[in-house]
Amino acid sequence: MSDAKMDKTRRNLISATAAVGAAAGAGAAVPFVWSWWPSERAKAAGAPVEVDVSRMEPGELKIIEWRGKPVWVVRRTKEMLDSLKAVAAQLTDPSSSASAQPEYAKNETRAVKPEYMVMEGVCTHLGCSPQLKGVDARAEMGGDWAGGFYCPCHGSKFDYAGRVFKGAPAPLNLPVPPHTYLSEGTILIGDDKKGA
Amino acid sequence: MNRLLTAAWDWFDARMPTVGEEFRKHASEYYAPKNFNFWYYFGALAILVLVIQIVSGIFLTMNYKPDAGLAFGSVEYIMRDVPGGWLIRYIHSTGASAFFVVVYLHMFRSMLYGSYKQPRELVWIFGVLIYLTLMGEAFFGYLLPWGQMSYWGAQVIVNLFGTIPFIGPDLAIWIRGDYVVGDATLNRFFALHVIALPLALLGLIAAHILALHDVGSNNPDGIDIKKKKDANGHPLDGLPFHPYYTVKDIAGAIVFLAVFCAILFFAPEMGGYFLEYNNFIPADPLKTPEHIAPVWYFTPYYSILRAVPPLFNSQFPGVMAMGLATMILFFLPWLDRSPVRSIRYRGVYYKSALAIFVVVFLVLGYLGVKPTTVWGQFGFDAFFLDTKDIATWVARLCTILYFAFFVLMPWYTAIDKCKPEPERVT
Repeated sequence: MSDAKMDKTRRNLISATAAVGAAAGAGAAVPFVWSWWPSERAKAAGAPVEVDVSRMEPGELKIIEWRGKPVWVVRRTKEMLDSLKAVAAQLTDPSSSASAQPEYAKNETRAVKPEYMVMEGVCTHLGCSPQLKGVDARAEMGGDWAGGFYCPCHGSKFDYAGRVFKGAPAPLNLPVPPHTYLSEGTILIGDDKKGA
Repeated sequence: MNRLLTAAWDWFDARMPTVGEEFRKHASEYYAPKNFNFWYYFGALAILVLVIQIVSGIFLTMNYKPDAGLAFGSVEYIMRDVPGGWLIRYIHSTGASAFFVVVYLHMFRSMLYGSYKQPRELVWIFGVLIYLTLMGEAFFGYLLPWGQMSYWGAQVIVNLFGTIPFIGPDLAIWIRGDYVVGDATLNRFFALHVIALPLALLGLIAAHILALHDVGSNNPDGIDIKKKKDANGHPLDGLPFHPYYTVKDIAGAIVFLAVFCAILFFAPEMGGYFLEYNNFIPADPLKTPEHIAPVWYFTPYYSILRAVPPLFNSQFPGVMAMGLATMILFFLPWLDRSPVRSIRYRGVYYKSALAIFVVVFLVLGYLGVKPTTVWGQFGFDAFFLDTKDIATWVARLCTILYFAFFVLMPWYTAIDKCKPEPERVT
């Protein structure tokens, strides 16, 4: 068929119909893409959790589940807090400037109260959960190990404030979740507005 | 009896001639080169494994429960209580590894004989799409038993998407349907594994075979058999696919199934490589296994991921390197500028490059199942050593060589001294 004989109106109608059809096809994907977002139930399950820390032993690690993630509360001893200064030179991000934490935890000890460290126990590399390795694990962790956490997946090491050591695959310090003290010995994890 | 069958066929053929026409086009009058060797078994074997996976998969769904609370128990129920359930499950898990063995050898055949080269670029592209779909299929399927490795493997892979700048964290939540890998994730992965990807796979395989039959099969000499034809117009060096290659492939299938059954009955876990030991422990979101490694067929890419150090406080470069390592396969037909197809007539450069590539792929695969400390640490300290693990540095070297094989290909295949190709197949 030559151009001269082509019916322009019909050709335009075909193009318009095809375009509308394609738009409808793309629109049809909306409900399916939409359905992959977390359900209302999953969102409700992500609500904040309360933790009683008043009976924790010094040096103890408590693991709490929040949004299915392990959140750690460590009651840090004086030695543990002292080790934070000693290892600072070996860290990737010692001042946590690039790492994720609320403003009130962006300090030397990464905590509201230095004694209690709250952080997500999820490695910033690929989401594994590191393990507590105290000073007593020095034999397996290397000669100058001052205590902290070790990720078994890809060997990232963290200090007692969840700050990552240089040379580890993890790029950032462990994130600190939003949290707040409801009373002297009770921490609310997942929310930092009191009474919320 | 014979006359009755002939009459029945004639009756059928008169009403639906398409079946006979397609059979002649794709089998009894499809002329394949007569010099196919050992390497040409793996395409047919891949189809066989596909059938094994579909049949065993259908029967597994009859007892499996895609529910975070029930999944692990239902797999144990299949293994212990369902009559023959253990056999069906082992067929499916062994079949998964067999699929990758066969597909890797099938792809290597293409590299040996230049089967991806003009005019078979589309055949190769459909093939790479099949390979990627198969990886997705394997990944989704691996979550279903809901063991520790299932769970943490999925966690690691989904978090790969979380490293994409800006949209990453939301994208990861969208993929999981929850803030962590959970019931929603398991349920949708089940849907993808049993319906979506198998359908895509079947379509791609049809396209792969149709594209092949339109241009005709390559052969170990890499020459065009359609140039020399007999009086009837059939290639002199060709044989009808049926019965010659159907029978040959049946012989291959017998050998393959003998090996398959030996693994199935005597080593279905393959020492932890086909079914990882940690996966016999139910998924526990609060406890990461001591050592996480993907199943063996993903480990070369996993090694590449681990080898790339984080840049600008982001793990994304490693993820991108891993993605690129698979995507670069698509470009192979255009990277190869050699005038000949087959390794038999290629020069020393391509032969060496392919040999290095094979070694590199195997080393990366080996390192991917081991912790980075497997080969110890360097005894000295230097400013450039961000990690002292020797294996990490070997993986880095291998990653560079892996990409060099592709990136330098236009150069070394162009200057390679090739031998003259024969007129007829040898």
